[in-house]
Amino acid sequence: MEGLRKYFPLRGPLGNVNAHVQAVDGVSFHVAKGETLGIVGESGCGKSTTARLLMRLIDPDAGNMVLDGDPIGHGGLTLRELRRTMQMVFQDSYASLNPRHTATEEITFGLRVHGIGRSEAREQARSALRLVGLEPDMFADRYPHEMSGGQRQRVNIARGIALNPRVLILDESVSALDKSVQAQVLNLLIDLKERLNLTYLFISHDLNVVHHVSDRVLVMYLGKVVEVGPVERIYQAAAHPYTRALFASRLSMDPRQRVDAVPLVGDPPNPVRPPSGCRFRTRCEMAEAVCAAVEPILSEQGALHEAACHAVTPNSGHSRAGGLAHAA
Amino acid sequence: MHLYILRRLLYTLPIIIGVTFVCFSFIHLAPGDPISAVLPENASAEVVAQIKAAYGFDQPLPVQYLRWLWNVANGDFGSSIMTRRPVISEVMPAVANTALLAITAIMLSFALGITLGLVSGFSDRRITDRSVTGFAVIGISVPHYWLGMVMVVIFAVLLRALPATGMGPAGTRIWMFTWEDLRHMILPAITLAMIPTGVLARSVRAMVAEVRRQEFVQTLKGKGLRRGRIFLHIIKNSAPPIMAIMGLQFAQLLGGSILVETVFAWPGTGFLLNAAIATRDLPLLQGTVIVLATFFVMTNLFVDILQTMVDPRVKRA
Amino acid sequence: MSAAAEAAPAARPAANAPGRRRRTGGFWQRVGRQVLRDKVALVCAVVLALIALSAIFAPWIAPADPYKTSMLRRLLPPLSPNFILGTDELGRDMLTRLLYGGRVSLSMGIAPVLFATILGGALGITAGYFGKAVNMAIMRVVDVFYAFPSVLLAVAMAGVLGAGIFNSLISLTLVFIPPITRVAESVTTQVRNQDYVEAARATGASSVRIILQHVLANVTGPILTYASSLVSIAIIISSGLSFLGLGAAPPIADWGLMLNTLRQAIYVAPINAVLPGVMIFAASVSFNLLSDSLRTAMDVRA
Repeated sequence: MEGLRKYFPLRGPLGNVNAHVQAVDGVSFHVAKGETLGIVGESGCGKSTTARLLMRLIDPDAGNMVLDGDPIGHGGLTLRELRRTMQMVFQDSYASLNPRHTATEEITFGLRVHGIGRSEAREQARSALRLVGLEPDMFADRYPHEMSGGQRQRVNIARGIALNPRVLILDESVSALDKSVQAQVLNLLIDLKERLNLTYLFISHDLNVVHHVSDRVLVMYLGKVVEVGPVERIYQAAAHPYTRALFASRLSMDPRQRVDAVPLVGDPPNPVRPPSGCRFRTRCEMAEAVCAAVEPILSEQGALHEAACHAVTPNSGHSRAGGLAHAA
Repeated sequence: MHLYILRRLLYTLPIIIGVTFVCFSFIHLAPGDPISAVLPENASAEVVAQIKAAYGFDQPLPVQYLRWLWNVANGDFGSSIMTRRPVISEVMPAVANTALLAITAIMLSFALGITLGLVSGFSDRRITDRSVTGFAVIGISVPHYWLGMVMVVIFAVLLRALPATGMGPAGTRIWMFTWEDLRHMILPAITLAMIPTGVLARSVRAMVAEVRRQEFVQTLKGKGLRRGRIFLHIIKNSAPPIMAIMGLQFAQLLGGSILVETVFAWPGTGFLLNAAIATRDLPLLQGTVIVLATFFVMTNLFVDILQTMVDPRVKRA
Repeated sequence: MSAAAEAAPAARPAANAPGRRRRTGGFWQRVGRQVLRDKVALVCAVVLALIALSAIFAPWIAPADPYKTSMLRRLLPPLSPNFILGTDELGRDMLTRLLYGGRVSLSMGIAPVLFATILGGALGITAGYFGKAVNMAIMRVVDVFYAFPSVLLAVAMAGVLGAGIFNSLISLTLVFIPPITRVAESVTTQVRNQDYVEAARATGASSVRIILQHVLANVTGPILTYASSLVSIAIIISSGLSFLGLGAAPPIADWGLMLNTLRQAIYVAPINAVLPGVMIFAASVSFNLLSDSLRTAMDVRA
């Protein structure tokens, strides 16, 4: 068992006719089997686009992906197989359910697509409903408007796991729910992961939630990965100034936990024409000449911990290079 | 804004070309040989070939089309098979006659439709609202050619008050108009005005009702503005969409008057089209349709641009 | 409409469902109930049913033979003995011909809209679902047909193809395809961007499957509502074509054609001459109001 690996560099232009929104640009990462990788970042940083690219709901302009040793396309796994192995749960529980389909119809649709017989699919849908904590006798024939937000999101999860995937992408899946419901659904997800041997890609802007569920965290800024590492490292000893700023902007219950860094000011730059070099430099307090000239690449910051910042990359030419890297 | 107008103009061009293509295909959609109408009976194969060459029908289709398009672009729609006169000289007077009727009708319906719409939109009495809505529904769903016949029966046959058919002696020379000319226009104009009046009354009513519900009107009321001033504000806000509807209705009238012209024997494009169809005069039919469709496209274009200029919210990207 | 067929999946008996389950019924059942609650719509539905039934059963209920002419009793006024609505220019019974006329006239109102809905719906859904180049290709062609006033296009096409029921059916269908395509395209584009379509794509389903099972059910409502509003216009225009002599050929009983042939007699028998129009009017108003009611009912969906 070598473990699940994804390698997914993407370059540039996604977008319309005369301008290119560089929504996701050269993002690479890997996820190990059975772990939960949290993806965080401000809205518009390309989190959801990354998810859609992974599912091939939109076609990448460049880049490739390896799933369990098999490449996607080019003689490897077909799109159909990919979509059986990997499933996704969307943010809006209402919009992601067909208003004219009952819960059963919604779940069986995907099963039928993959060639499972009608009655067999209905049985599997019932057990999927049971897995997500919805009593099939009560919910199997309900339409979306006859359910609460939490129940709908459970149906969405049931639809995802019914196909028996190995990877589940959760794109802001709990963000729209009430806090109490959110906690229930989160616990359900953690529970399901154990029972079904799943690997999660957990996308959220909610840092607390990500902390709660993730093993490792990946931080994105303007379509790029700026930092990736084990959850505790990222939350307590972030190397990248953006990550630190992001966490500083979070309201902490405990004043002692507040990170001593300048919170983020202003909006992110226009992704159509991102800044040269390091994309964060326009909002970074440590920006120097080298940041505008050279684009930083991910460099090692400790076990499994990488960050893309000149200030923490030895020999990068930044005045603080090397100094900060050993602070933690 | 200029950019928008330019873009809109550029976009109109392919549509006009598409229109000519559709009209060109008429000849080949028609059953039988396109030149059978001009052929003398039991013409020899040689004569047929000669005439075909003369009309250019021996060329491959794309060549035929491009040639024909070139001529059309230069205002040459060919000759009418029946009268042997250039199509353009048949179509233009007919267009003038149709336009006279259509403009009269549209002004009538603007006045009536807007008044009715405003009255019912502002009236808080159910009965006023109901009757205007009822009238509008009737106006929209009445077969107008039949309405024309009913009007003829009432005013020409039973009351003998107005002429049943035809155009006054002055034709389109409105500066020479006499009572007699007007009398000829009354029935067809009213008949033609029916549909746009219904459509307008309904849209104006809906628009006013909607604007009245909006928050800014409540704010104005709260500020203690007099009714008259509030009224003005509402009008200003409902004007652009209403204008769009008015333009569309006018454009439809230009092409939709065929049936009414037939009822009243009004010598316009509809009349011409009928004649062309009856005698299978395809060049005449093509010419009439192209001219009408071009007018239609231009009217829509004009309305679109006008609306952009009036409505500050429509972004002129 | 295929209300029963649409409601079928929803009406599946809820297997051993406890009594607590809230049954709101299928979407179309709700719309149907809503329309029937509207008194005006109910009256219209009754009027249309009467016209349609009397047209269908005309051979059994009509008092006379629709084609039996008589030079002796031409243009008898209404309320004549044996001829309640009088006779036409060839001495045929008006009532009989009006009953029979509904067969052609109603079919010619509904059939072109039906065909245009199927074709235009398919085109619009294709354009809306696939977007990009497919959308461009379809919608630009539609734009060209939009450049003709509808009556002009119908008359010109029918004129070019030649008189006859079949040809006027073709031209009317052609007239209604572009507007239906536009509506279908815009609602499909909306539905297509919904997450549930995205989710369906994420299961690896083929486009055809997604369109049939996810898109279709959610766009048929708006498309059918819009199409229903066109029936009234279709009746007017198709009768208009017959009125111009481009539709049904004599001696077939058709309201528009009757108006045409009776027009010459307008000075002699004015009432007879305008009678067929009453039928066209009644049918067209009823369809119009019914479609209004349908639209209102669809608006309050949840």
